This record gives sequence, C-alpha cells and structure tokens, in this order.
Amino acid sequence: MNAIHDGLFEVAGDGTITLVGGYSPTSGQFHFPLLDTCPYSGARDVERVLLSRDGTLWAWTAVTAAPPGYEGAVPYGFGVVELSREQLRVITRLREADPSRLTFGQPMTLVADELPGGVVTWAFA
Amino acid sequence: MGVRIDGVGIHPFGRFEGTTNTDMGVHAVRAALAEAGDPQFQAAFCGTAYGGVASGHKVLGAIARTGMPIVDVEAGCASGGAALQLAAGAIRAGQYDCVLVFGIEKMPKGIIRSSFFEPWREQGGLAATPAYFALRAQRLLREAGLTKQHLAEVVVKNRRNGVHNPNAMFRSEVTAEEVLASRLVCEPLHLWMLCSPNEGAAAIVLRRGDGGVQLAAARLRSHLPGSVLGEATPLSGIDDTAITPPSTLAAHDAFAEAGIGPDDIDIVECQDTDAARELLAYQELELCAPGEQAKMLAEPRVVVNPSGGLLAKGEPLGASALGQVVELVHQVRGEAGARQVAGARVGLAHTIGRGANACCVIVTR
Repeated sequence: MNAIHDGLFEVAGDGTITLVGGYSPTSGQFHFPLLDTCPYSGARDVERVLLSRDGTLWAWTAVTAAPPGYEGAVPYGFGVVELSREQLRVITRLREADPSRLTFGQPMTLVADELPGGVVTWAFA
Repeated sequence: MGVRIDGVGIHPFGRFEGTTNTDMGVHAVRAALAEAGDPQFQAAFCGTAYGGVASGHKVLGAIARTGMPIVDVEAGCASGGAALQLAAGAIRAGQYDCVLVFGIEKMPKGIIRSSFFEPWREQGGLAATPAYFALRAQRLLREAGLTKQHLAEVVVKNRRNGVHNPNAMFRSEVTAEEVLASRLVCEPLHLWMLCSPNEGAAAIVLRRGDGGVQLAAARLRSHLPGSVLGEATPLSGIDDTAITPPSTLAAHDAFAEAGIGPDDIDIVECQDTDAARELLAYQELELCAPGEQAKMLAEPRVVVNPSGGLLAKGEPLGASALGQVVELVHQVRGEAGARQVAGARVGLAHTIGRGANACCVIVTR
C-alpha cells in the first residue's frame, strides 16, 4: 500500500487500517501522529500505541475548493473525531462531504481513503 | 517613564499591482517619521511573514536610514504586534530612546500556502486553513447559541464601519442576505465572512516619554499544546476547553502591564479573520462572558472594529497588527473622521494567528 506518510497507520492483511499514536505515562496524555517527545509535557517516555478505530463526531465541515498541494476530489468532508478509548480529538478527512447529513456525537469508524495516484490516507466514515 | 507613540503612518490595505513591499513600507515609514518630527531612531523592528530575507532593511535602505540595528520579526498574523513588543521592551529597558516599528506584506492570492504544514498534510487535504476556521466557528455557534445570522451581522457591522476608512480594501456596505448568499467556502463560513489576504504597510514611531498617546502595553503569547482548534497543534488535542487560549493570556498580560481591565476599554480592534473569530475574541478578551456574544453584538458595550476590521481592510500579515494600532491612535487622538468613536481614550488591539501567536496592544491618551 502506498501510504501518504510513513508511520501514521498500520495496515492489516484485509486492508483495515489502525492509527498509530503516542502515550506518555508520566503526563497521561495521548497524541497523534506519534512523536518521540510528549507534546504536552516534554516527557521522553512516549510509548507507541494503536489508537481506537471508533469514535464520535465532534466538529465537521466540507472543503469546497482544493487547498494548496491537494489534488484529490472536492468537496470532501473534514472534521474532528473524538476517539472512544483515548478521548483524543483527531483532525481528519470524513467520507461524508455533505455537512447536513452529519450530527454532533454521531458514531464514526476509521477507514482507508484513496487519493490520486493510489496514495492511501485515513478518514472516518 | 512611559513609551509614547509619536507618529503613525499607513499604506492602504488592498491589492496594488506594480507596487513592491519596499514601496509600501517607504510610504508608511515616511508618514510616521514625518508625524514624529523626523527623529533619529536607534533601532528598527519590521514585521513580515512573506517578505523574505532582510525586507525591513530594503525599506530603510530605500530612504537612506540604515546603520542602526534592523530586525525582521515573524510571528504569523501577530508579526507586527511582536515587533511592537520588542521595541517597547527595549525602550522600557533603557536600551533605546526612539525606535521605529513597521510592518509590510504582499500576500499571495487565494488560500494562504504556509510552510507550517508538512507536504503530506497538504497532499491529504489537511492544510485547508478556512476549514479549521469553519470547525472552530461551528463549535462556537453550538456552545454560544449563535447562528449563521449572527455571523452575517458581524460582516454587516464591519463592512459598514469600513465605508468610512480610506485605507480599507472594501468600502461598500453589504446586507446580511448578501453575506449569506455569497459562495459557501466551508460550512458555516461563506466567502464574505472570511477576510481577504492582501497587501499593505503600517509604521509607528515610539519614544521614551510621558504624555501624548501612550503605548500602555504590547504583549505576545504563543503556542500552547493541546488545543485542537485553537491556532495551535493542528492534528492532536486532548481537551481544548481546559486550555486558556493564547488570546486570553496575552490580554491578561496586557491588562496587567497597563494597569487596567476589560471594563476600561472604549474601542477594540480585534482579529476578525472570519466573522466567528470576532465573536470568539469577545469572550477570549473578556469583553463579554462566554455565550453572551449575541447580546454583545446587539448592544455593544464597546465599539469593536471601528476601522472595519480585517473583513473590510483585508489582512496583510506583517502590517495587520500595526494597522490596528494606527487606527487606535487615530481614534484616541480624535482624528478618525467619519468613523470617530466619541470619547475614545483607551483602545485594545488583538491579533491571533499561526503558531497560536496572540498579541494584545493597549493604547491610551
């Protein structure tokens, strides 16, 4: 699979993806993408963790014109999903590009999302 | 001993084909120096984000006023405010008696391309700046009980104020219906609810001294971790509601430095990058309690964005914050013409942008 960037997610045999984040035991904070230093406390004790694949919708919109450097289709959904286990809020693409079809707190699941050139990134649906 | 504002100058904000950054800077600097009696300043700080290497030096080189230390300052939308803080601090510390501060910018057209985002985030569509504004706007509407109609009313107010500002880019009134009928950029934000990146310059001469118009405070605060929708960590966050916004931190610092509080403010120039951003600033600057934006909009306790704000002026990053201060100075001097706010003596300017750089400046007379 041609992932958009190394280290953002793992891919299972069936094509299912899982986001890779970090957790600092001393700060008790999760983050994504994975860093070697906790962005909240500066602690260097970050553990690599596989993040929840489900969550709830916290905010959303649709991008109607291609932003700089983006060659995929428009409009596309864009929002924040709060991951169920970690309560971590992740900025993400959304499969749904019509904002009127989404609601606050709606359950969301992580999916792989294909961009031009066979590049794969993550989204929530 | 205070820090006095002895002169201000501005090049109109707009689009000026064939005019260079240096040209605009020279225009604003000459005007500010003329007002101040052409003083021998001992240092210069220039705010710019897109100007490139030594852009401030080119401006002062063009008028043969080099030789002193010249420092170009980048702090996103707050670049000019950051430059002002450095200059005021140097004067208060006794390092200089007179310092020139200016800001210049010629923004690229369209959605701002920022080196802030890694290439993969751009490729994935995650560098869509207006979409971040839209998410924040959606949360504010929900949390403060506001609607798109309120967003339109902010635009109507600021565009009405801008009619009387000869330095504004847009000088015509608009109706709420027209705002809501303009192209949808990112729900809930329509095109006319977003400010236009543009071009311009502004300059201020500071001198150690009491009396006149005082720069009572200029304070910058920057990035904090964890705010998913603040102008901070763009991809990860825990609970942005538990984090004090940099704008509030900068306001607290500025109020403490000036020895005043939000109730003492007569006029405010705040960051209306989008209409919702102005309403968020009301609570961040403690001009109203959280959730009381609708009341503040209907019965304003202070006049907000008498210049027309960025919605009427447009936003040249490096010049933007200083443009706000120029407006405050005109207002407290009583020289703001048709947009003069009666009795204005204390003004607050607020900018917030990339890097979560937030600056609050207080001008008094």
